[in-house]
Amino acid sequence: MTRQEKIAEIVKRVSKKPAPPDPEESLFDSGYLDSFALTDMVTELEQEFGLTIPDADLSPRRFESIARIEQYVDSHAD
Amino acid sequence: MPSIQCFGRCLPERVVTNAELAATIGRDAEWILQASGIEERRVAGADQTVVDLAVAAARDCLERTSVSSVGFVIVASGTSPRRFPGPAAEVAHALGFAGIPALDLPYASTGGLFGMALAAELAPVHGPVLIVAAEKMFQPASTAPAEVAMLFGDGAGACLITPDHTGLRVLDAALHSDGSNAANLSMDLTGPVSMHGLAVIRHAGRRLPEVIQELLTKHAVAPGAVTAYLTHQANQNLIDRVARALNVPSGLFYSNIHRYGNTSSASILIAASEWGETTKLQAGDTICFAAFGAGFHWGGLLARQA
Repeated sequence: MTRQEKIAEIVKRVSKKPAPPDPEESLFDSGYLDSFALTDMVTELEQEFGLTIPDADLSPRRFESIARIEQYVDSHAD
Repeated sequence: MPSIQCFGRCLPERVVTNAELAATIGRDAEWILQASGIEERRVAGADQTVVDLAVAAARDCLERTSVSSVGFVIVASGTSPRRFPGPAAEVAHALGFAGIPALDLPYASTGGLFGMALAAELAPVHGPVLIVAAEKMFQPASTAPAEVAMLFGDGAGACLITPDHTGLRVLDAALHSDGSNAANLSMDLTGPVSMHGLAVIRHAGRRLPEVIQELLTKHAVAPGAVTAYLTHQANQNLIDRVARALNVPSGLFYSNIHRYGNTSSASILIAASEWGETTKLQAGDTICFAAFGAGFHWGGLLARQA
């Protein structure tokens, strides 16, 4: 499973939606994430990719889409 | 083992619905409801002070008990209008308790809970302790971003804790603070409230279940065996999340946030006051109080009916 596919699975799980969104789709406009689901997703990203995501990085814009999340993980994962 | 004797409350008469608020914060009423579980909140008049609200809640509390004097007064408020003095001495004076110690807790959301825990420690030494929490949060939050402004309302709650071994006995309390997060939720003297909402949700969603589990494990109580959870009314979605984390039905968590919004330190005492009016406790019933808020401070208190 690619990194993007793992992220899509996490988004699908925390949003409780039957299918993952398109990589460029806004997770907030499409109803996949709200403030509470975002913090759940961040916890899962930390566990899956061995990251520590600081509070200062918690912003909807940074996690707007699967593509944006992948960029974040790529630049912070070992 | 000190006991909780009774609660009281004061809610301003003016109701501000989501529809009314939505027009001023640029969001629609349904968005507010979905994001918070709040339908309306109460707002005090310009001439109704934090002291006025506190005194009214305290009187409502004291009318429910035969205890006629107290040995200590604690007043929690994050919206006291002055740097000093805080409202505690003024509240005690207005209630006719001249000369006894009156302590201010300049806390926000956890003020009511920390006051109760402190009162349980003080009651064996000082006699009955009156805890009051009063807030005027609506106005200073009103110029904050919509996600913050929608949350807050005004109100006051009160609680009397006595050294008696009767009633709802305080078994234990667990209190924690972490100043590294002070900037994530704060307000200066004039407002507006500054809140990093995602950080607050993240930490509250972890700390509240942790501290509740800390207390329950220590006293060998399963989360599902608790009769009722009485928590700070911050956001219905947060309350539901804490219930899920403990694997108990949300119905075990008393909630009145839909009618009053988040009244900060007062909310847990207002909730307990309303809950108490409709609840007949049986011997052995266990009640769990919990709160999380600016500081960050968080904690829980466990009580059991004698």
